[in-house]
Amino acid sequence: MLAVMELQVHYGGIAAVKGISFAVEENEIVCLIGANGAGKTSTLKALARMIPSHGEIHYGDQRIETLPSHELIAMGLALVPEGRGVFARLTVAENLMMGAYHRNDAKGIGADLERIHALLPRLMERRNQVAGTLSGGEQQMLAIGRALMGRPRLLLLDEPSMGLAPLMVQKVFEVVRKVAAEGVTVLLVEQNARLALEVCSRGYVMESGSITIADTSAALLADARVRTAYLGE
Amino acid sequence: MEILLQQIINGLTTGSVYAVVALGYTMVYGVIQLINFAHGEVVMIGAMVAFSIITALAGSSMPPLIIVLAGVMAAIPACMLMGYLLERVAYRPLRHAPRLAPLITAIGMSIILQHLALMVWGRSPLAFPQIIDNRVFGVGGAAISSVQIAIILLSLTMMAGLSWFVYRTRFGIAIRATAENVHVAGLMGVNADRVIAATFVIGAGLGAVAGVMYGTYYGIAHYTMGFSLGLKAFSAAVLGGIGNIAGAMLGGLLLGLVEALGTGYVGELTDLCTWPMAQGWLAEQCADGGHFVVFGSNYQEVFAFLMLILVLVFRPSGLLGERVSERA
Ligand SMILES: Nc1ncnc2c1ncn2[C@@H]1O[C@H](COP(=O)(O)OP(=O)(O)OP(=O)(O)O)[C@@H](O)[C@H]1O
Ligand SMILES: [Mg+2]
Repeated sequence: MLAVMELQVHYGGIAAVKGISFAVEENEIVCLIGANGAGKTSTLKALARMIPSHGEIHYGDQRIETLPSHELIAMGLALVPEGRGVFARLTVAENLMMGAYHRNDAKGIGADLERIHALLPRLMERRNQVAGTLSGGEQQMLAIGRALMGRPRLLLLDEPSMGLAPLMVQKVFEVVRKVAAEGVTVLLVEQNARLALEVCSRGYVMESGSITIADTSAALLADARVRTAYLGE
Repeated sequence: MEILLQQIINGLTTGSVYAVVALGYTMVYGVIQLINFAHGEVVMIGAMVAFSIITALAGSSMPPLIIVLAGVMAAIPACMLMGYLLERVAYRPLRHAPRLAPLITAIGMSIILQHLALMVWGRSPLAFPQIIDNRVFGVGGAAISSVQIAIILLSLTMMAGLSWFVYRTRFGIAIRATAENVHVAGLMGVNADRVIAATFVIGAGLGAVAGVMYGTYYGIAHYTMGFSLGLKAFSAAVLGGIGNIAGAMLGGLLLGLVEALGTGYVGELTDLCTWPMAQGWLAEQCADGGHFVVFGSNYQEVFAFLMLILVLVFRPSGLLGERVSERA
């Protein structure tokens, strides 16, 4: 579904992503783990065309590296950005509406709202509240719900556990699992490697701009390098 | 008391024009953090275009209201086109340039538009043909003219319409989302170029009507009129909290009121003869009901800016603004 070849991202003269290649198949949950500054966010931003990059990005049977960011959601590619990026001054309902901005099927939008209602009941209780007043966990749920309102086929998630209490992190990952079970392909970026590897089938380890290890989650959880560097053992 | 009421009526009239113009500044600023200094000139061009149409049709047998309406209907698309071109030609290429570049361009565009108007409409003030029978109604000792009523009602209608558009429609929500985070709005499929162009076009359309109202109210149009009107409307936007739509409306009305009340009362308040310590030489001046006025009503222009400065000292983000340095 997604195939990335020799992706590079530079900021000024500094290389943040140094020619990485990886792939995500339909219906997989794949994770990308790595320390601070490894280049994970830069990779996702490049995939979502928010920053310029070099290299090929194949999505389905299309090349998307030349497309503007705002054309991707209609193709089914959604990104939940690092730090959630909810529109703080818009209400919860307006945020969700923005998620469906590119769509014109009022019926389908209504049905998806119902679906998200079932998936994230707490959120819908606060539909008329301004998003900036939600808790961090609620904002993360809103960001995911908003992305789902776009009916994505591939969901890119950038550190959904960031800054959340352990219980909330569990809930967020539960939602990710459910979303994937509904047939959405997920590429998950995480620093919380243990949790990420528990929901993913495969993972890539990124270190200072390069992918250094690629394997199944089970193998990564057993890998000595991963255990010392990312699982704190 | 009559003076108070009269100045409130006058203040609401000019204030609602300021408010409508201020919306143009604030919408553009909200989305791209640019002070579009040329907006005042767009408003001026609106007045000029309407002037030409109204003058051309004034001799005809058409009903006066239709003639004025024709002027407005010509001014709106002319200004919208101008707003669009400004964004497209002058600002868009500088979208990612350092902030000083578009700001200076804005000042440049303002000067260019002024001179364009100078070439087309000439140097002298143009008198708006007084074709509408301007009836005056008495209210509690004060007077309100039909033009004033029309200006206030029309402005309130436009403000309500814009609020509905921005707060209730899908595209309006997209505008607010873009104002908050253009990159994330892009992820939702919002084409930022379109939203930005739309804020210019909408602001210019509102400005066109404001220009016609202003010209009709004062009975005059001039190629420099956009400068002071624009400066006051910009102050109104800052007063309310730039980027905030409700703030622009509030700021405009408040500015108009303060200006009118200040003008109405400053002479009286600064007449030293009414002060108890008038003695000696001053007492002679004051004898037989004389006056010694320090600041006369010619200080009108001062109040708007005095109030702006005061508000900015005590509430730098404006009355309804939030977190000043948010996008610094
Ligand atoms: N806008 C930018 N300008 C310059 N350098 C940047 C910019 N964004 C990121 N970088 C640099 O690029 C490198 C990779 O950053 P990136 O945000 O992709 O890392 P990350 O893996 O997402 O880290 P984290 O886990 O902390 O979110 C870092 O060294 C960072 O300092
Ligand atoms: Mg990151």
